[in-house]
Amino acid sequence: MTKIKCAIIGPGNIGTDLLYKLMRSDVLEPVWMVGVDPTSEGLARARELGLKVTDQGVDGLLPHVITDGVQIAFDATSAYVHAENSRKLNGLGVFMVDLTPAAIGPFCVPPVNLATLADSGVMNVNMVTCAGQATIPMVNAVSRVQPVEYSEIIATVASKSIGPGTRKNIDEFTRTTSGAVARVGGADQGKAIVVVNPAEPPLMMRDTIYCETVDEPQVDAITRSVHDMIAEVQKYVPGYRLKNGPTFNGRQVSIFLEVEGLGDFLPIYAGNLDIMTAAAAHTAEMFARKILDGSFVPVAIPETEAA
Amino acid sequence: MSDEAKVRGRKVKLHDMCLRDGMHSMRHQITLEQMIDIATGLDEAGVPLLQVTHGDGLGGSSLNYGRGLHSDKEYITAVASRMKNAVVSVLHVPGIGTLDELRMAADCGAGCVHVASHCTEADVTEQHISLGRQLGMDTVGFLMMAHMTPVEALVEQALLMESYGAQTVYCTDSAGFMLPDDVTARIGAMRAALQPDTEIGFHGHHNLGMGVANSVAAVAAGATRIDGSAAGLGAGAGNTPLELFAAVSERMGIETGIDVFKLMDVAEDRVLPMMPKPPRADRDSLTLGYAGVYSTFLYNAKDCERRYGLPARDLLMELGRLKMIGGQEDMIEDTALTMAKARGLIGHNSKEAV
Repeated sequence: MTKIKCAIIGPGNIGTDLLYKLMRSDVLEPVWMVGVDPTSEGLARARELGLKVTDQGVDGLLPHVITDGVQIAFDATSAYVHAENSRKLNGLGVFMVDLTPAAIGPFCVPPVNLATLADSGVMNVNMVTCAGQATIPMVNAVSRVQPVEYSEIIATVASKSIGPGTRKNIDEFTRTTSGAVARVGGADQGKAIVVVNPAEPPLMMRDTIYCETVDEPQVDAITRSVHDMIAEVQKYVPGYRLKNGPTFNGRQVSIFLEVEGLGDFLPIYAGNLDIMTAAAAHTAEMFARKILDGSFVPVAIPETEAA
Repeated sequence: MSDEAKVRGRKVKLHDMCLRDGMHSMRHQITLEQMIDIATGLDEAGVPLLQVTHGDGLGGSSLNYGRGLHSDKEYITAVASRMKNAVVSVLHVPGIGTLDELRMAADCGAGCVHVASHCTEADVTEQHISLGRQLGMDTVGFLMMAHMTPVEALVEQALLMESYGAQTVYCTDSAGFMLPDDVTARIGAMRAALQPDTEIGFHGHHNLGMGVANSVAAVAAGATRIDGSAAGLGAGAGNTPLELFAAVSERMGIETGIDVFKLMDVAEDRVLPMMPKPPRADRDSLTLGYAGVYSTFLYNAKDCERRYGLPARDLLMELGRLKMIGGQEDMIEDTALTMAKARGLIGHNSKEAV
């Protein structure tokens, strides 16, 4: 079967874990790994796995996009360089999956809005944050039953699973997640709290979701909806589990999750990274299928028009 | 040389915490009137710094930590405008509060910020420490749960905060677990490693009744800022009672500039009447200090005891074993549910119990 060719920008932990997932895909074929450091282990690993690599950043990839038929690119670098990467690649008709907090394109949380986005013709989607990927499906599981006035999520990640980029920019991480909890999750107001725990052995990613419904919560309908949504997420993150709840206290609904990673490149405790790469791969597969059946035709956006 | 000989003549800045750390014990429900009354009293007693924020810092008002009766903005504005000499400080925990909230605090008149992280995670504080300095605030790095990491590792983290621009770095005994020798080792090593003009601070909790003794040890080892709370009002069994430490300081020749009698009066006449009960190392608070558990977990654990019939002490011990740290209040109910199910206190479907 024909596969859609992909490039990964950023050969770090996320980019490498993503590469392992893409290599298993039946509709995606990773062909390029893009970095900026010639001594990068990630580039060397990608080369060993048979990918073409460049240490010249996106500019090193651009001359090969058309000849190598690259149609989808994943950006796992940083918010600061994503805008430029996206402009250049969109200019050549490459669809972008953004794993940085740049959020140029619409937020994408697969079980909540991927189907809608895939029909919208957008050329760039943003994967929010790991905390957002883990919690927003639950906010939506409540808000699709009845209106949610306020939702608050607490994500705890193992110290070893969170890199220098996120640490340096923890404010963007917190704010992007808060915004998406409201906008994508479907709450009038959203708040996100992030805790980094250094325990050894490292703790599995934990996520707690609180929702305040406008009226008395519909216990049975919400409980059912939460379990259904867990099953949806498990389709691409098998280690996504309900630990406790939902519990109901007045108008407050509490949901306690654990996210275990697949352990592709990163250890299983790093469920936070796994859910990001799994969601990105899942998203790209949906767009790839639509490219293959002709229902989505990526269109080059002249660079002058792009953001 | 005895500690007493070492500390004589030292100048130490006291920092009151009863309107921030004390918010935990008050379940974040201090009224504006109470806050103004206490803050003006502390100002008149010569307390140079006093902290006014939700117990969990800027942006802490939440379902996870408890909603404040008023917003940080309302509290800070009400207090800052009435201070004659005291500087209002705020607590800011990256991951909970955002940079916008720190800008708001500075706009409302806060002059000092404690930027806090767990003792091993100083590199999440860079943005916030930098902004504190840009805003011209007295900027402090606050390493919480400092008993959980070895001395050398704590020093590395303190150096990181200093490199981001922190003018003071704290060793924070959030669990009230440390004994005086632990304090001496940490403060001494920080003092030896940091630049001479970087100040060192100590923030104690009184869960083992060691707040005052630990603070004296901190001063002897080179700390020049000591946190405490009038009447000891703070999380767990409270903070180092500030009037006690001020009185001890005077006896030992530590220069604090505090009017001890006035501070005693604030504690007795203004803080004590507000408290539902005086802080005491009860069974559960003592457990925090004994097992090294984050002090603010106390009330959530007591709530779970009421809700699920699970002894708070057992729950706190388990949270300690699981190495839960500051900010993970959500894991208290989660752990309680797991334990209550295992003990058959609630059915498989937890909604039956709540």
